[in-house]
Amino acid sequence: MSRSERYLPCLPGGADTACLLRARQLVKVYRADGVAVEALRGIDLDLAVGEFVAIMGPSGSGKSTLLHVLGGLEPATTGEIWLRGRRVDGLSRSGWAILRRRHVGFVFQFFNLLSNMTVADNVELPALLAGASPRQARKRREELLAELGIADKAGAAPARLSGGEQQRVALARALANEPSLLLADEPTGNLDSSNTRDVLRLLRRVHDGGQAILMVTHDARVASLADRVINLFDGMVADDATIVPLPRSLNGVGDVLELRG
Amino acid sequence: MRQPLLALLAKEPAHGYELKLALEATFGQAYPSPNIGQIYVTLKRLEQDGLVCSQDVEQTTRPNKRVYELTPAGREALRAWVEEPSDGPRIRDEFFIKLILAPMAGIADRIALMNAQRRHYLGLMRKLTDLQADADRADTAARLLIEGAVLHLQADLDWLERCQEELV
Repeated sequence: MSRSERYLPCLPGGADTACLLRARQLVKVYRADGVAVEALRGIDLDLAVGEFVAIMGPSGSGKSTLLHVLGGLEPATTGEIWLRGRRVDGLSRSGWAILRRRHVGFVFQFFNLLSNMTVADNVELPALLAGASPRQARKRREELLAELGIADKAGAAPARLSGGEQQRVALARALANEPSLLLADEPTGNLDSSNTRDVLRLLRRVHDGGQAILMVTHDARVASLADRVINLFDGMVADDATIVPLPRSLNGVGDVLELRG
Repeated sequence: MRQPLLALLAKEPAHGYELKLALEATFGQAYPSPNIGQIYVTLKRLEQDGLVCSQDVEQTTRPNKRVYELTPAGREALRAWVEEPSDGPRIRDEFFIKLILAPMAGIADRIALMNAQRRHYLGLMRKLTDLQADADRADTAARLLIEGAVLHLQADLDWLERCQEELV
Protein backbone atom coordinates (compact mmCIF):
# COMPACT_ATOMS: atom_id res chain seq x y z
CA MET A 1 0.00 0.00 0.00
CA SER A 2 1.48 3.31 -0.99
CA ARG A 3 1.49 6.18 1.47
CA SER A 4 -1.11 8.11 -0.49
CA GLU A 5 -3.60 5.23 -0.31
CA ARG A 6 -3.68 5.56 3.46
CA TYR A 7 -5.70 8.73 3.17
CA LEU A 8 -9.36 8.96 2.39
CA PRO A 9 -9.90 11.39 -0.45
CA CYS A 10 -11.44 14.70 0.54
CA LEU A 11 -15.07 14.77 -0.58
CA PRO A 12 -16.72 17.72 -2.31
CA GLY A 13 -18.24 20.33 0.01
CA GLY A 14 -16.64 21.95 3.01
CA ALA A 15 -18.04 19.94 5.91
CA ASP A 16 -16.05 16.77 5.27
CA THR A 17 -14.42 15.16 8.30
CA ALA A 18 -11.75 13.15 6.42
CA CYS A 19 -10.57 16.48 5.06
CA LEU A 20 -8.58 18.29 7.71
CA LEU A 21 -7.87 21.45 5.78
CA ARG A 22 -9.48 22.73 2.61
CA ALA A 23 -8.88 25.93 0.68
CA ARG A 24 -10.90 27.11 -2.29
CA GLN A 25 -9.91 29.89 -4.68
CA LEU A 26 -7.63 31.61 -2.19
CA VAL A 27 -6.48 35.02 -3.33
CA LYS A 28 -4.11 37.31 -1.48
CA VAL A 29 -3.39 40.79 -2.77
CA TYR A 30 -0.83 43.04 -1.12
CA ARG A 31 -1.03 46.76 -1.71
CA ALA A 32 2.15 48.81 -1.47
CA ASP A 33 2.29 52.45 -2.54
CA GLY A 34 -0.94 52.11 -4.46
CA VAL A 35 0.35 49.10 -6.44
CA ALA A 36 -1.49 45.80 -6.06
CA VAL A 37 0.63 42.64 -5.99
CA GLU A 38 -1.14 39.32 -6.30
CA ALA A 39 0.75 36.85 -4.08
CA LEU A 40 -1.87 34.09 -4.33
CA ARG A 41 -3.99 33.82 -7.43
CA GLY A 42 -6.68 31.25 -6.80
CA ILE A 43 -5.28 28.34 -4.80
CA ASP A 44 -7.27 25.15 -4.22
CA LEU A 45 -5.85 22.74 -1.66
CA ASP A 46 -7.02 19.68 0.28
CA LEU A 47 -5.14 18.11 3.14
CA ALA A 48 -6.43 14.83 4.55
CA VAL A 49 -6.25 13.90 8.24
CA GLY A 50 -2.69 12.69 8.96
CA GLU A 51 -1.35 13.62 5.54
CA PHE A 52 2.12 15.16 5.03
CA VAL A 53 2.30 17.68 2.18
CA ALA A 54 5.33 19.74 1.15
CA ILE A 55 5.03 23.04 -0.71
CA MET A 56 7.91 23.92 -3.01
CA GLY A 57 8.49 26.60 -5.63
CA PRO A 58 10.81 29.50 -6.46
CA SER A 59 11.19 32.50 -4.13
CA GLY A 60 8.27 34.83 -4.53
CA SER A 61 5.92 32.08 -5.73
CA GLY A 62 3.67 32.59 -2.69
CA LYS A 63 4.69 29.62 -0.50
CA SER A 64 5.05 31.43 2.81
CA THR A 65 2.05 33.65 2.13
CA LEU A 66 -0.05 30.53 1.56
CA LEU A 67 1.07 29.01 4.86
CA HIS A 68 0.43 32.22 6.77
CA VAL A 69 -3.04 32.63 5.26
CA LEU A 70 -3.93 28.99 5.99
CA GLY A 71 -2.82 29.43 9.60
CA GLY A 72 -4.70 32.70 10.00
CA LEU A 73 -1.56 34.79 10.55
CA GLU A 74 -2.71 36.98 7.64
CA PRO A 75 -6.23 37.30 6.23
CA ALA A 76 -6.99 36.09 2.71
CA THR A 77 -8.27 38.77 0.33
CA THR A 78 -10.94 36.39 -1.01
CA GLY A 79 -11.53 32.65 -0.92
CA GLU A 80 -12.63 30.00 1.56
CA ILE A 81 -10.71 28.10 4.24
CA TRP A 82 -12.19 25.12 6.04
CA LEU A 83 -10.51 23.51 9.03
CA ARG A 84 -11.96 20.28 10.42
CA GLY A 85 -15.14 20.83 8.48
CA ARG A 86 -15.67 24.34 9.75
CA ARG A 87 -15.46 27.53 7.70
CA VAL A 88 -12.75 29.68 9.30
CA ASP A 89 -11.75 32.37 6.80
CA GLY A 90 -14.10 34.91 8.40
CA LEU A 91 -12.71 34.51 11.92
CA SER A 92 -11.44 37.54 13.82
CA ARG A 93 -7.83 37.73 15.01
CA SER A 94 -8.78 36.46 18.43
CA GLY A 95 -10.95 33.75 16.89
CA TRP A 96 -7.93 32.55 14.94
CA ALA A 97 -5.71 32.72 18.02
CA ILE A 98 -8.05 30.41 19.93
CA LEU A 99 -8.33 28.04 16.95
CA ARG A 100 -4.54 27.86 16.54
CA ARG A 101 -4.02 27.23 20.23
CA ARG A 102 -6.17 24.09 20.00
CA HIS A 103 -5.64 22.78 16.49
CA VAL A 104 -2.66 24.30 14.68
CA GLY A 105 1.04 24.22 15.57
CA PHE A 106 3.51 26.53 13.82
CA VAL A 107 7.26 26.05 13.23
CA PHE A 108 9.30 28.83 11.64
CA GLN A 109 12.70 29.04 9.98
CA PHE A 110 14.11 31.28 12.72
CA PHE A 111 12.54 29.31 15.59
CA ASN A 112 10.81 32.39 17.15
CA LEU A 113 11.32 31.19 20.72
CA LEU A 114 10.72 33.59 23.59
CA SER A 115 14.26 34.54 24.56
CA ASN A 116 13.52 35.72 28.10
CA MET A 117 11.94 32.39 29.09
CA THR A 118 13.51 28.99 29.67
CA VAL A 119 13.09 26.12 27.24
CA ALA A 120 10.61 24.52 29.65
CA ASP A 121 8.49 27.69 29.89
CA ASN A 122 8.48 28.10 26.09
CA VAL A 123 7.04 24.62 25.71
CA GLU A 124 4.59 24.82 28.62
CA LEU A 125 3.14 28.21 27.71
CA PRO A 126 0.81 27.08 24.87
CA ALA A 127 -0.69 24.37 27.07
CA LEU A 128 -1.25 26.85 29.91
CA LEU A 129 -2.84 29.35 27.52
CA ALA A 130 -5.14 26.59 26.28
CA GLY A 131 -6.33 25.98 29.82
CA ALA A 132 -4.21 23.02 30.92
CA SER A 133 -3.27 22.81 34.60
CA PRO A 134 0.37 23.56 35.44
CA ARG A 135 0.83 19.88 36.26
CA GLN A 136 -0.57 18.71 32.91
CA ALA A 137 1.51 21.30 31.03
CA ARG A 138 4.64 20.18 32.83
CA LYS A 139 3.98 16.51 32.17
CA ARG A 140 3.42 17.13 28.45
CA ARG A 141 6.57 19.27 28.27
CA GLU A 142 8.65 16.55 29.91
CA GLU A 143 7.35 13.93 27.49
CA LEU A 144 8.02 16.11 24.44
CA LEU A 145 11.53 17.20 25.44
CA ALA A 146 12.44 13.59 26.24
CA GLU A 147 11.08 12.40 22.91
CA LEU A 148 13.04 15.08 21.05
CA GLY A 149 16.23 14.26 22.95
CA ILE A 150 16.60 17.60 24.77
CA ALA A 151 15.29 16.75 28.26
CA ASP A 152 18.54 18.03 29.75
CA LYS A 153 17.99 21.51 28.25
CA ALA A 154 14.73 22.27 30.08
CA GLY A 155 16.25 24.93 32.34
CA ALA A 156 18.38 26.59 29.64
CA ALA A 157 17.73 29.88 27.87
CA PRO A 158 17.01 29.35 24.14
CA ALA A 159 20.00 31.51 23.14
CA ARG A 160 22.36 29.01 24.75
CA LEU A 161 21.23 26.21 22.46
CA SER A 162 22.46 25.28 18.98
CA GLY A 163 20.20 25.95 15.99
CA GLY A 164 19.19 22.31 15.81
CA GLU A 165 18.28 22.23 19.50
CA GLN A 166 16.30 25.47 19.20
CA GLN A 167 14.32 24.02 16.31
CA ARG A 168 13.54 20.95 18.43
CA VAL A 169 12.25 23.21 21.19
CA ALA A 170 10.13 25.04 18.59
CA LEU A 171 8.79 21.68 17.43
CA ALA A 172 8.00 20.65 21.01
CA ARG A 173 6.16 23.94 21.53
CA ALA A 174 4.20 23.47 18.30
CA LEU A 175 3.17 19.97 19.38
CA ALA A 176 2.37 20.87 22.99
CA ASN A 177 -1.42 20.93 22.51
CA GLU A 178 -1.44 17.92 20.18
CA PRO A 179 -2.72 19.98 17.24
CA SER A 180 -4.28 18.12 14.32
CA LEU A 181 -2.25 20.26 11.92
CA LEU A 182 1.42 21.24 11.99
CA LEU A 183 2.36 24.15 9.71
CA ALA A 184 6.10 24.50 9.11
CA ASP A 185 7.82 27.29 7.18
CA GLU A 186 11.33 26.26 6.06
CA PRO A 187 11.99 24.35 9.31
CA THR A 188 15.50 23.33 8.16
CA GLY A 189 16.27 26.55 6.28
CA ASN A 190 18.67 27.74 8.95
CA LEU A 191 20.26 24.42 9.93
CA ASP A 192 23.46 22.64 8.88
CA SER A 193 23.23 19.23 7.31
CA SER A 194 23.61 17.15 10.47
CA ASN A 195 20.93 19.16 12.30
CA THR A 196 18.75 18.93 9.19
CA ARG A 197 19.05 15.14 9.38
CA ASP A 198 17.92 15.19 13.01
CA VAL A 199 14.92 17.40 12.27
CA LEU A 200 14.09 15.13 9.31
CA ARG A 201 14.09 12.12 11.59
CA LEU A 202 11.79 13.94 14.02
CA LEU A 203 9.35 15.02 11.31
CA ARG A 204 9.26 11.46 10.03
CA ARG A 205 8.43 10.22 13.51
CA VAL A 206 5.82 12.94 14.09
CA HIS A 207 4.18 12.05 10.77
CA ASP A 208 4.27 8.31 11.51
CA GLY A 209 2.43 9.17 14.73
CA GLY A 210 -0.52 10.38 12.63
CA GLN A 211 0.20 14.10 12.60
CA ALA A 212 -0.84 16.08 9.51
CA ILE A 213 1.95 18.35 8.29
CA LEU A 214 1.91 21.14 5.74
CA MET A 215 5.43 22.37 5.17
CA VAL A 216 7.08 24.97 2.97
CA THR A 217 10.62 23.98 2.02
CA HIS A 218 13.39 24.48 -0.50
CA ASP A 219 15.14 21.38 0.70
CA ALA A 220 14.30 18.39 -1.48
CA ARG A 221 15.48 15.96 1.21
CA VAL A 222 12.80 17.30 3.52
CA ALA A 223 10.19 17.45 0.76
CA SER A 224 10.90 13.86 -0.26
CA LEU A 225 9.60 12.65 3.12
CA ALA A 226 6.15 14.03 2.32
CA ASP A 227 3.28 12.03 0.85
CA ARG A 228 2.64 14.75 -1.71
CA VAL A 229 4.49 17.75 -3.09
CA ILE A 230 2.69 20.84 -4.32
CA ASN A 231 4.71 23.09 -6.60
CA LEU A 232 3.70 26.74 -6.54
CA PHE A 233 4.58 29.12 -9.31
CA ASP A 234 3.55 32.75 -9.53
CA GLY A 235 0.83 32.38 -6.92
CA MET A 236 -0.76 29.32 -8.54
CA VAL A 237 -0.44 25.54 -8.20
CA ALA A 238 1.82 24.38 -11.05
CA ASP A 239 1.92 20.73 -9.93
CA ASP A 240 0.44 18.55 -7.22
CA ALA A 241 2.00 15.10 -7.15
CA THR A 242 2.17 12.07 -4.89
CA ILE A 243 5.80 11.06 -4.32
CA VAL A 244 6.52 7.61 -5.68
CA PRO A 245 9.89 6.18 -4.64
CA LEU A 246 11.53 4.80 -7.76
CA PRO A 247 10.69 1.12 -7.80
CA ARG A 248 13.68 -0.67 -9.25
CA SER A 249 16.50 1.68 -10.05
CA LEU A 250 18.08 1.72 -6.59
CA ASN A 251 18.23 -1.45 -4.57
CA GLY A 252 21.29 -0.73 -2.52
CA VAL A 253 23.87 1.89 -1.76
CA GLY A 254 26.21 0.57 -4.47
CA ASP A 255 23.60 1.35 -7.13
CA VAL A 256 23.95 5.06 -6.32
CA LEU A 257 27.12 4.96 -8.43
CA GLU A 258 25.01 4.05 -11.46
CA LEU A 259 22.49 6.86 -10.98
CA ARG A 260 21.20 8.52 -14.09
CA GLY A 261 18.84 11.46 -14.13
CA MET B 1 37.47 -1.65 -11.91
CA ARG B 2 41.02 -1.35 -13.34
CA GLN B 3 42.18 1.52 -11.14
CA PRO B 4 40.86 0.20 -7.83
CA LEU B 5 42.67 -3.10 -8.49
CA LEU B 6 45.92 -1.27 -9.35
CA ALA B 7 45.55 0.78 -6.16
CA LEU B 8 45.05 -2.31 -4.00
CA LEU B 9 48.05 -4.01 -5.62
CA ALA B 10 50.17 -0.90 -4.94
CA LYS B 11 49.79 -1.77 -1.26
CA GLU B 12 50.88 -5.41 -1.59
CA PRO B 13 50.79 -8.32 -4.02
CA ALA B 14 47.56 -10.33 -3.82
CA HIS B 15 45.53 -13.02 -5.52
CA GLY B 16 42.08 -12.51 -7.06
CA TYR B 17 39.96 -13.53 -4.10
CA GLU B 18 41.97 -11.40 -1.68
CA LEU B 19 41.34 -8.43 -3.99
CA LYS B 20 37.60 -9.06 -3.90
CA LEU B 21 37.63 -9.07 -0.09
CA ALA B 22 39.80 -5.95 0.02
CA LEU B 23 37.43 -4.07 -2.32
CA GLU B 24 34.49 -4.95 -0.10
CA ALA B 25 36.35 -3.92 3.04
CA THR B 26 37.45 -0.59 1.52
CA PHE B 27 34.19 0.62 -0.01
CA GLY B 28 31.68 -1.02 2.33
CA GLN B 29 28.25 -0.86 0.76
CA ALA B 30 29.30 2.03 -1.47
CA TYR B 31 30.52 -0.18 -4.31
CA PRO B 32 28.49 -2.78 -6.17
CA SER B 33 29.74 -6.10 -4.77
CA PRO B 34 32.51 -7.15 -7.19
CA ASN B 35 32.06 -10.35 -9.13
CA ILE B 36 35.08 -12.68 -8.86
CA GLY B 37 34.98 -13.56 -12.58
CA GLN B 38 35.10 -9.87 -13.45
CA ILE B 39 38.14 -9.44 -11.22
CA TYR B 40 40.01 -12.28 -12.95
CA VAL B 41 39.18 -10.92 -16.41
CA THR B 42 40.35 -7.43 -15.42
CA LEU B 43 43.61 -8.81 -13.94
CA LYS B 44 44.28 -10.72 -17.17
CA ARG B 45 43.81 -7.54 -19.24
CA LEU B 46 46.04 -5.53 -16.87
CA GLU B 47 48.70 -8.19 -17.32
CA GLN B 48 48.39 -8.04 -21.13
CA ASP B 49 48.86 -4.27 -20.89
CA GLY B 50 52.01 -4.79 -18.79
CA LEU B 51 50.61 -3.03 -15.74
CA VAL B 52 50.74 -6.10 -13.48
CA CYS B 53 52.69 -9.35 -13.55
CA SER B 54 51.86 -12.65 -11.89
CA GLN B 55 53.33 -15.89 -10.70
CA ASP B 56 51.93 -19.16 -9.48
CA VAL B 57 52.51 -19.88 -5.83
CA GLU B 58 52.45 -23.50 -4.85
CA GLN B 59 50.14 -24.52 -2.08
CA THR B 60 50.47 -27.86 -0.31
CA THR B 61 46.84 -28.77 0.24
CA ARG B 62 45.11 -26.76 -2.49
CA PRO B 63 45.69 -25.95 -6.17
CA ASN B 64 48.29 -23.28 -6.93
CA LYS B 65 47.17 -19.69 -6.64
CA ARG B 66 48.19 -16.89 -8.95
CA VAL B 67 49.58 -13.87 -7.11
CA TYR B 68 49.55 -10.51 -8.89
CA GLU B 69 52.01 -7.69 -8.42
CA LEU B 70 52.16 -4.11 -9.73
CA THR B 71 54.84 -3.42 -12.41
CA PRO B 72 56.65 -0.04 -12.63
CA ALA B 73 54.43 0.76 -15.64
CA GLY B 74 51.38 -0.08 -13.51
CA ARG B 75 52.56 2.21 -10.72
CA GLU B 76 53.06 5.00 -13.29
CA ALA B 77 49.54 4.46 -14.76
CA LEU B 78 48.04 4.57 -11.27
CA ARG B 79 49.91 7.79 -10.42
CA ALA B 80 48.75 9.45 -13.68
CA TRP B 81 45.12 8.43 -12.99
CA VAL B 82 45.19 9.77 -9.43
CA GLU B 83 46.77 13.09 -10.45
CA GLU B 84 44.38 13.79 -13.30
CA PRO B 85 41.41 15.92 -12.21
CA SER B 86 38.10 14.09 -12.63
CA ASP B 87 35.24 15.47 -14.70
CA GLY B 88 32.35 16.85 -12.67
CA PRO B 89 28.92 15.41 -13.31
CA ARG B 90 27.37 17.05 -16.34
CA ILE B 91 24.00 18.72 -16.57
CA ARG B 92 21.45 16.05 -17.43
CA ASP B 93 21.89 16.80 -21.12
CA GLU B 94 19.10 14.63 -22.40
CA PHE B 95 16.47 16.38 -20.33
CA PHE B 96 17.94 19.77 -21.21
CA ILE B 97 17.71 19.02 -24.92
CA LYS B 98 14.11 17.82 -24.57
CA LEU B 99 13.26 20.98 -22.66
CA ILE B 100 14.74 23.30 -25.26
CA LEU B 101 13.25 21.42 -28.21
CA ALA B 102 9.83 20.94 -26.62
CA PRO B 103 8.06 24.01 -28.02
CA MET B 104 9.12 23.14 -31.55
CA ALA B 105 6.44 21.43 -33.56
CA GLY B 106 4.34 21.04 -30.40
CA ILE B 107 6.30 18.01 -29.15
CA ALA B 108 5.46 18.63 -25.51
CA ASP B 109 4.43 21.22 -22.99
CA ARG B 110 7.43 22.59 -21.08
CA ILE B 111 5.52 22.84 -17.81
CA ALA B 112 4.46 19.20 -18.12
CA LEU B 113 8.06 18.20 -18.91
CA MET B 114 9.44 20.04 -15.89
CA ASN B 115 6.72 18.64 -13.63
CA ALA B 116 7.48 15.09 -14.76
CA GLN B 117 11.21 15.61 -14.24
CA ARG B 118 10.65 17.10 -10.78
CA ARG B 119 8.48 14.14 -9.77
CA HIS B 120 11.23 11.80 -10.98
CA TYR B 121 13.89 13.64 -8.97
CA LEU B 122 11.74 13.66 -5.84
CA GLY B 123 11.11 9.93 -6.21
CA LEU B 124 14.87 9.40 -6.44
CA MET B 125 15.39 11.67 -3.45
CA ARG B 126 12.93 9.64 -1.38
CA LYS B 127 14.85 6.50 -2.24
CA LEU B 128 18.12 8.16 -1.26
CA THR B 129 16.76 9.47 2.05
CA ASP B 130 15.44 5.97 2.80
CA LEU B 131 18.87 4.50 2.00
CA GLN B 132 20.45 7.18 4.17
CA ALA B 133 18.18 6.35 7.10
CA ASP B 134 19.07 2.65 6.79
CA ALA B 135 22.79 3.07 6.07
CA ASP B 136 25.21 1.74 8.63
CA ARG B 137 26.56 4.80 10.44
CA ALA B 138 30.00 3.22 10.60
CA ASP B 139 30.14 2.80 6.81
CA THR B 140 31.71 6.18 6.05
CA ALA B 141 32.17 5.50 2.33
CA ALA B 142 28.49 4.62 1.90
CA ARG B 143 27.33 7.66 3.88
CA LEU B 144 29.48 10.05 1.86
CA LEU B 145 28.40 8.49 -1.43
CA ILE B 146 24.70 8.95 -0.59
CA GLU B 147 25.29 12.48 0.67
CA GLY B 148 27.04 13.34 -2.62
CA ALA B 149 24.14 11.98 -4.66
CA VAL B 150 21.66 13.91 -2.49
CA LEU B 151 23.54 17.18 -3.01
CA HIS B 152 23.73 16.64 -6.78
CA LEU B 153 20.03 15.92 -6.88
CA GLN B 154 19.27 19.06 -4.86
CA ALA B 155 21.31 21.04 -7.40
CA ASP B 156 19.33 19.45 -10.26
CA LEU B 157 16.09 20.50 -8.57
CA ASP B 158 17.36 24.05 -7.98
CA TRP B 159 18.35 24.23 -11.62
CA LEU B 160 14.90 23.00 -12.65
CA GLU B 161 13.45 25.88 -10.66
CA ARG B 162 15.67 28.29 -12.59
CA CYS B 163 14.45 26.80 -15.86
CA GLN B 164 10.89 27.30 -14.65
CA GLU B 165 11.59 30.96 -13.86
CA GLU B 166 13.26 31.65 -17.20
CA LEU B 167 11.22 29.58 -19.60
CA VAL B 168 7.63 29.70 -18.36
